[in-house]
Amino acid sequence: MRDPLYSATGAEIQATAFAYRRSPDQDAAVPVRHPVVVVGAGPVGLSLAIDLAQRGQRVLLLDNDCKLSTGSRAICFAKRTLEVWDRLGVGQALVDKGVRWHVGKVFFREEQLYQFDLLPETGHERPAFINLQQYYVEACLVARARELPNLEIRWHNTVAALAQEGDVVRLGIDTPEGRYELRADHVVACDGSRSPIRQLMGLESKGRVFKDRFLIADVRMQADFPAERWFWFDPPFHPGQSVLLHMQPDGVWRIDFQLGWDADPEVEKRPENIVPRVQALLRAAAASKGGEPQPDSLPGFELEWASVYTFACLRMDSFRHGRVLFAGDAAHGVSPFGARGANSGVQDADNLAWKLDRVLRGQSPGALLDSYAREREYAADENLLNSTRATDFITPKSEISRLFRDATLALAREHGFARRMVNSGRLSVPATLDNSPLNTPDRDAFMGLMRPGAPAADAPLRIDGRDTWLLRELGPDFTLLCWGPVPHWMLELPLKVLVLEPANDPEEWLSRRYDLRPGTAYLLRPDQHVCARWRHPAPEAVHAALARACALH
Amino acid sequence: MPLVTEPNLDAPDDFYEALIDTHRDLSPEASHALNARLILLLANHIGRLDVLRQALALARAGADTP
Repeated sequence: MRDPLYSATGAEIQATAFAYRRSPDQDAAVPVRHPVVVVGAGPVGLSLAIDLAQRGQRVLLLDNDCKLSTGSRAICFAKRTLEVWDRLGVGQALVDKGVRWHVGKVFFREEQLYQFDLLPETGHERPAFINLQQYYVEACLVARARELPNLEIRWHNTVAALAQEGDVVRLGIDTPEGRYELRADHVVACDGSRSPIRQLMGLESKGRVFKDRFLIADVRMQADFPAERWFWFDPPFHPGQSVLLHMQPDGVWRIDFQLGWDADPEVEKRPENIVPRVQALLRAAAASKGGEPQPDSLPGFELEWASVYTFACLRMDSFRHGRVLFAGDAAHGVSPFGARGANSGVQDADNLAWKLDRVLRGQSPGALLDSYAREREYAADENLLNSTRATDFITPKSEISRLFRDATLALAREHGFARRMVNSGRLSVPATLDNSPLNTPDRDAFMGLMRPGAPAADAPLRIDGRDTWLLRELGPDFTLLCWGPVPHWMLELPLKVLVLEPANDPEEWLSRRYDLRPGTAYLLRPDQHVCARWRHPAPEAVHAALARACALH
Repeated sequence: MPLVTEPNLDAPDDFYEALIDTHRDLSPEASHALNARLILLLANHIGRLDVLRQALALARAGADTP
């Protein structure tokens, strides 16, 4: 019987309140010990909990509330995130519900400046992006979580006290029926940008707050805009500011209006102040198709939700503090231009789950968790750099910054070089984990992008008469991808060995993307990042690379 | 590659006059906007980030001293 949350409507999901249930842990004579406690049932905490449970771990997921997200919030989910969710068993449900897009258009005043295509090549199973309200994502993840008997979610459980002592974390948890204590081998804080756990531990997330405000609104309307990301600089319907438009499921459009720092959020959120802005946008769109529109010929619309937000680009110095790890917004915050928030958080979870699983099984030392911190701090820096640069361009913070921004926009009308500099957001791509200690540096020469640290590119394959995709064929753990006949010793390695040949790759996407020649082998991690590759590896090289990727050397 | 600071203009006085003349009749604000566009155009022509960084550093030198 399929969990009803898979097919619930947006209204049903947002109205859902999960029940508090008393746990036997609350009546235990001695605090109960759990191998891992994940705090925060948002997209990141849920993804991590599902991944760990799929790997066979007993997982406790705590949430201090009882409801899923209200409003659309994080809406753009990138290809890499979808590939992670495929591995977690929810990818198809989310892709089926979401709106696919890959084209973006950038406008300045009345004219289109340029357009970009985020997935110009075919040969990938998943689209560049889907748009989907965050509450749909969470509902689907909760539905999946409820299918896993070794994953328990406790609602209305608030972590109020935390202390690390030796090899255990002591937690004090408040519930509607009072406080109880738990012990955990590891705690992962996925508790959002204000992270109560980060505050309990006296830690900071450091960076820069941007003095600006954006109004975001979910507007249900019949509009014939295409499924493209549209960004306006200084449009006539919102002069001197920026506007962003996205299509979502259910005929709901997401519109972000820049307001400036002096705007009063409470005033701006009032429907009577939002409606005229949306009307102006629709009038401008109608006018650009020709003719002066009659007021009553504009499409009607309904305001479903609105919020005013400010944003910051910041991160914690370290995402690991002993047995407490931080992931998602708790660890790092970015401005939303580029969709790097939830997407990088899900990649944090993808990076952490297999490592934590190995450490809990005693298969790798705790140092493997240091690699989570180093790799994801590195990725966060890349996301922070990109989102900060976009924010400076979209909301210039000094006279001179605005001068150059406007110069770039002015030149972009006529000149391709300036269009390239216009920054309305560099959309999220997964970081290549260069310099990671888990990588084995190349000894052989390769072309293309699949260097150690890179997330494995997808490719269409044909195996045993059926059409499939590379990423679907990788194991949940390490995989050795081999091209051509392989020596016998390879087949006896303690990992999945995927042997492929030209007949499996009829359009040559795989052999081109990975620069394959007979004898080439790629070692891929459980999170589908390349960690080593060779033209003709010797057994010692593969064993060494595997040990290195597991922090065993 | 080093930034060229040896004489390299093929007609220095002609260029100088043309630069001032380009700003003819513009308000200070309009002139500043023009200068910004000119910097971007010329920077793209130069292209190399290492050369541009040297030019930026030389232009900045002395800016912070009172």
